[in-house]
Amino acid sequence: MNAWLRQHRDALRDALARLPRTGGLLSIVVIGVALALPAGGYVALESLRSLGARMTLEPQLSVFLRPEAKRAEAEALGVTLRADARIARVRFVPREQAFRELSAVQGMSEILGALGRNPLPDAYVVQPKDDAPAALEALARDLARGAAVAHVEADSAWARRLGAIAALVRTALWLLAALLAAGLVAVTFNTIRLQILTRRDEIELARLIGATDSFIRRPFYYLGLLQGLAGGVLALGIVAAGLALLNRQVAALSESYGSAFRLGFPGAGDAVALLAFAAVLGWLGASLSVTQQLRRMGT
Amino acid sequence: MVSFSAVAKRYPGGHEALRDVSFSLQAGEFAFLIGRSGAGKSTLLKLISAIERPSAGSVLVNGQNVGALKRSAIPYLRRSIGLVFQDQKLLYDRSVYDNVMLPLGFSGYAPREAARRARAALDKVGLLARERSNPVQLSGGEQQRLAIARAVVNRPALLIADEPTANLDREAAERILEIFLSFQQVGVTVLIATHDLELVERYGKRVLRLEAGRIA
Repeated sequence: MNAWLRQHRDALRDALARLPRTGGLLSIVVIGVALALPAGGYVALESLRSLGARMTLEPQLSVFLRPEAKRAEAEALGVTLRADARIARVRFVPREQAFRELSAVQGMSEILGALGRNPLPDAYVVQPKDDAPAALEALARDLARGAAVAHVEADSAWARRLGAIAALVRTALWLLAALLAAGLVAVTFNTIRLQILTRRDEIELARLIGATDSFIRRPFYYLGLLQGLAGGVLALGIVAAGLALLNRQVAALSESYGSAFRLGFPGAGDAVALLAFAAVLGWLGASLSVTQQLRRMGT
Repeated sequence: MVSFSAVAKRYPGGHEALRDVSFSLQAGEFAFLIGRSGAGKSTLLKLISAIERPSAGSVLVNGQNVGALKRSAIPYLRRSIGLVFQDQKLLYDRSVYDNVMLPLGFSGYAPREAARRARAALDKVGLLARERSNPVQLSGGEQQRLAIARAVVNRPALLIADEPTANLDREAAERILEIFLSFQQVGVTVLIATHDLELVERYGKRVLRLEAGRIA
């Protein structure tokens, strides 16, 4: 083994031995909890977003006809709709088709079967040209005035709202992550500072008898890196445990809606990214701390 | 080996520790640096190992101009000099053996070679049997010998000691001196700062006398 590798191995060994001392374990807990907050939020948000993505985010209006309306009235409305300049596309959903589609949804066929008849009306799905909320509402109001029309619903409004909320929450999570990252750097900075202070005599002596600065810094870099990494592992553990716990309730809730929705665990890529992020922040905190402390000691 | 020409050292605040100091030490030479406390002995030694830089003049060690060395080159200069500090600077959180191993850690020796050198250095100062002890358990003379073992473990060509016999009884002091002489006999250049004139006279070696910052 060459000297350079040996020095790195020694520095790593030294850092591992010192990790449990001088508040190292406590720092790992702090880092783990701090990272678990945004990481857990991100994971939950991703699950909700994938749920939301299944709903179309394109704004569309559902125009439900009165149940007693004749097919001829429906076709007449279709002509009017297709002639409307504000409308891009029109799709007719006959009540028979709507019935078939609804029957395919888990648990609904029994309910519909029990009714003995088709309670659903004919409907048009209308795609407006202008998807601004105001234009959408104006169009919905106009369409609702049609003689055969019972009710107009802006299907996508809630999906769009969900999308907007998700975007907002995501920004908030990034903000939280940035703040906690700064906190993480500060925590590492402080632990490394304490480590350096307890080894002050050794460091001063080592410099006097020919240790290079990089030799002196190396174990502290490893210490910061390991501390961040251990904090990242702890954060993943906290997130996994939290999700497992939450998923019991989520399962009960979503089954009551006939859905198999669960909060997803972070993928391997996300987990590795989290660990790398934590390790880099630990290294950064250590680096800042060592630089400041060595400068303070002078030569 | 060591050459000072017209060296002055002024500390911030105006205190002038050294003035126009010129001398040179040949390779393999043994010299005492004497003078009262405050005469500038420690400052002179610090200039050799680049702990301080001269305000004027030049300090050459092994042909290198120490005052003009880049920061990054200083560690390598210091590895070529064995330093015995006035306050010894032993580490009390580890064994005698680990104290001697410290300089080998950053010199890049293979573990077996490092262990061999550390034991050889301890053997040389008569502390091999105490390698597992903590430095606190050693007597004053033994601690000083440990400091010497650590200074020579990298086999430097130049050995510098600041008051190595201070606070030691006659017998212990002579034992320390004998160790330094044995290093000179194998070609090491030795410079010892002391105010123990009786000891200096007994050995009849070269004497550099500092008075108020000048070589007298």
